[in-house]
Amino acid sequence: MNLTLKIWRQVGPATKGKMVSYHVTDVSPDMSFLEMLDVLNEKLILDGDDPVAFDHDCREGICGSCGLMIDGVAHGPEQATVCQLHMRSFSDGDVIDIEPWRSGGFPVVKDLVVDRSAFDRIISAGGFISAPTGTAPEAHATPVPKKDSDAAFDAATCIGCGACVAACPNGSAMLFTAAKVSHLGLLPQGQPERDARVLRMVGQQDAEDFGGCTNIGECSAVCPKGISMETISRLNHDLLGALRAGAVPAS
Amino acid sequence: MGNPQVRVALHEVCHHRFTWVSRVSWAYRGAVATVTTQQAPQKARKPGKFSNSVVKKAVMAVTGIIMILYLIAHMIGNLHAFQGADSFNGYSHWIRTIGEPAVPEQTTLWIIRVVLLVSVVAHFWAAISLWRQARRARPVPYVTKKRVQQSFASRTVRWGGLILALFIIWHILDLTFGVVNPAGTGTTPYDRLIASFSNIPITLFYVVSMILLGLHLRHGIFAATQTLGQTNKRRERAVNGIAYVVSTLITVGFILVPLSIAFGLID
Repeated sequence: MNLTLKIWRQVGPATKGKMVSYHVTDVSPDMSFLEMLDVLNEKLILDGDDPVAFDHDCREGICGSCGLMIDGVAHGPEQATVCQLHMRSFSDGDVIDIEPWRSGGFPVVKDLVVDRSAFDRIISAGGFISAPTGTAPEAHATPVPKKDSDAAFDAATCIGCGACVAACPNGSAMLFTAAKVSHLGLLPQGQPERDARVLRMVGQQDAEDFGGCTNIGECSAVCPKGISMETISRLNHDLLGALRAGAVPAS
Repeated sequence: MGNPQVRVALHEVCHHRFTWVSRVSWAYRGAVATVTTQQAPQKARKPGKFSNSVVKKAVMAVTGIIMILYLIAHMIGNLHAFQGADSFNGYSHWIRTIGEPAVPEQTTLWIIRVVLLVSVVAHFWAAISLWRQARRARPVPYVTKKRVQQSFASRTVRWGGLILALFIIWHILDLTFGVVNPAGTGTTPYDRLIASFSNIPITLFYVVSMILLGLHLRHGIFAATQTLGQTNKRRERAVNGIAYVVSTLITVGFILVPLSIAFGLID
């Protein structure tokens, strides 16, 4: 396969970027999208050019590092991470636009790499439970209803890739925050901090220049883990419940 | 600086200042030394319930529901036009005299008006505030962005809402006060109704606005249910179904009267 790539090139956070065209030849349909970018970078390095910077790590769809806007869709045409996207999803001669995630909360570091530490700060605001350390407790000591454990597991599959923010017309991080809030809020271990957690995490999310949710559903449609919009409803329910119970909003 | 009390107080203030500044700059140096990638500075968080984006959305949801309930009553009331001038004018008079003689004339009407005005203002405030937040959240636009899931109704909800706000202003000036009505002020409500909808541009404006209202409600009803935390996978179909039915009923109910007048079924 021969492809034309239009890639966002930006030297640093403060400089202006632009789309640059590259031609890649002899692309195998069995390559992953990242391997195709590796081929391009090898060529760029041999030519003495600056290789395209992009985030990647496990390359097996579980770390959430890779994330690219491919032809205007977060993670490209398959509902999977970019590393799990194969070139057979494209045709010979295609022109592919590749851009970084765009959000006030995700400043561009270089080329296609964005700084997603805003997500870390949302997690550190409340995405944890306080538990005594020591020997692991007996597994049956705290029964969890099957329905709750299933829903918590579904929410816990979030890998924090940021596709929800990238796809959202409002640049909202609600699906991410909601997945974390649901994941812990559904389990008995997450109950003591349930009210404070949702208020702190939403407070931090608002402070990170992410937008508000308008229930459009783009996030869930591109989420490589298929996190449902139901989690956002659960977050809203928890937050309004916490305020009714007299909890003070995070300040 | 002779007074020792003043000196102590000043020392307190300066001392705190000084330690605070040095602590921050120390932490800053630490961060620079350890963090390799460019880190966005942590922004100061605004305290208070109403700075929270979810609370703003809840305000939109609750005020939206109040307005939907009013719209249903308003739509049913309009249908009195099919019973003729006396029934329509009588209904209009009844709204102004509900609760009489226990309360003075127009008491109920003014309660409704104040509740609606507060709802519109709160709805508008929350919408603008969230709109601005959304603009901040995407300072650099995409070169290419495709739609995967979004409906026309969800995409047009903001601009549609703005057009509806302008429509409401026109509508009150037209049929409530008669200022911009072809029949003018000092006429009966039925006269104003007939005068407006015998005019084709005005009728078209109303019909287009009501279709926009239907789209606004189709998305708004689902979004309000979601914002108040009442949707889940199991209910999603039902909530969307209700949103379609309610928005269609309201739109059709409102369009019926202007079109009937325009086509000469009512005169």
